[in-house]
Amino acid sequence: MRVTIDGISHDYGRTHVLRDIALTIDEGEIVAVIGPSGCGKSTLLRFIGGLERPDRGRVLLSGEPPTGSLNPLTYIFQDFALLPWRTVEGNVRLVLEDHGIGERATREIVDDVLARTGLSDFRTAWPRQLSGGMKQRVAIARALSVRPAVMLMDEPLSSLDAQTRELLMDDLVELWARERFSACYVTHNLAEAVRLGHRIIVLSRRPGTIREEIAIDIPLAERAGRPAELDGVQRQVWTLLREEAREADRELTDAA
Amino acid sequence: MPPDAVSAAAARAVPFRGGGFRPRRIWIIGPIVFVVLILLWQAGSQTGVISDVALPSPVAVFGAFHDLVATGMLWKHLGASLYRLVVGWTLGTLLGVAIGLSIGLFSLARAGLVPLVSAAFPIPKIALLPLFVIWFGTGEGSKVATILFGTLFPTVVATYGGIDNVDRNLIRMGQSFGLKWLSIVRKIVIPGALPAILSGFRISASIAVVLLVAAEMIGAQYGIGAYILEAGALFATDQLIAGVAILSGLGLVIGWLIGRAERHFLDWRT
Repeated sequence: MRVTIDGISHDYGRTHVLRDIALTIDEGEIVAVIGPSGCGKSTLLRFIGGLERPDRGRVLLSGEPPTGSLNPLTYIFQDFALLPWRTVEGNVRLVLEDHGIGERATREIVDDVLARTGLSDFRTAWPRQLSGGMKQRVAIARALSVRPAVMLMDEPLSSLDAQTRELLMDDLVELWARERFSACYVTHNLAEAVRLGHRIIVLSRRPGTIREEIAIDIPLAERAGRPAELDGVQRQVWTLLREEAREADRELTDAA
Repeated sequence: MPPDAVSAAAARAVPFRGGGFRPRRIWIIGPIVFVVLILLWQAGSQTGVISDVALPSPVAVFGAFHDLVATGMLWKHLGASLYRLVVGWTLGTLLGVAIGLSIGLFSLARAGLVPLVSAAFPIPKIALLPLFVIWFGTGEGSKVATILFGTLFPTVVATYGGIDNVDRNLIRMGQSFGLKWLSIVRKIVIPGALPAILSGFRISASIAVVLLVAAEMIGAQYGIGAYILEAGALFATDQLIAGVAILSGLGLVIGWLIGRAERHFLDWRT
């Protein structure tokens, strides 16, 4: 399934958040959106998934979601958004319960996604017992369980420590190799963007506009082994972002 | 510098200044406090430090309690009181949770009902008892109504306060996975508000006991409140203290029950 973002602009009151954003996310492509804080990248992601409406412009979907997809546009949140009163298994079941797929199918899906994310031994654990990395794995398992066509990832690794972040990046690369999902990966972390993005969209500071699109030709699976080349890209992105980030840092905010 | 090279005179251990501020469960202390106080009281009565007129001895109080049990009046009083308490509190709580939910979920209900709740909450419900007598009769109705209205408002406030504090990100998550509105309410909003609702129960249950006794003192043949009032009128202080002790026991049982409910429903918390 292909996502086309068609000329989106948005204001919160008198604060101009986004201006004329146009981009496409192709099937099986991870588009990393990077920008200084407050540039509207998370807002953009909420538009794509239909959680908020832009003032101007539209988000269009073309093509069919994969067969059996229960929720084509599926989020992974920075704060994991797990229900603390449900176990690991219960949190995955939550998103399957409204689809009337029956107990047997539900059990099969739950078993499958927990196995794929290495959580089979943590079925009955409460979220409070899990580390940040494990919590995000639960959220990934939950997202996989609805067979998404497009993953909308809102700084999914930003509240994790550096080592866990490395581990989860490897997990995501491996997962992508198997599932070939499309994704919009919003982040402020350059290393994540160059490791996981087929294309990097660099946004300017508020009001967010697209400053640059950088395609990275190195296959995802090879990137960890080619640090020198990635470093080059990362430096290129940082040169673009540096001034924006400095200016954004000095701005006063009234926006929510 | 290796540790053995440090001379004993120059080296001092870092003084410990952490710790504390972490309540532990020490279950034995509570009963001990009760027993010690009662023993001191008995000793005071026996030695004459506490005069019998001012405060009857624990043995006399226990005697009065024993009479209550022996004559079978205990069950008559306690039964009448428990009936009013259970019916009044249950109805008040059900209605309160329902109103609190609608305030928490619908802006229109919030706009209409919150000012009403603010206006009615501070009215001492016992002041309305004469009105309730006119409306619901001199029997159980007026007493149950007093307790019902007394528990209603704290429950409403606790419930919508709890809903307002549910993490909005969890609700967004539910919406983003296409959960139905009712599923979001049932599986995200209500469990999220449950800790606040249950602590509201503690407050409303105590208010219910206070109102129960007040209502029974104003007009009832049976009930703990009526028993205490009668004892007071006769200056039978041993009976009066026995009645008050029953109320304390009732408070303890209610607290224990709510504690059990919290551990059952909120086992995910700790």
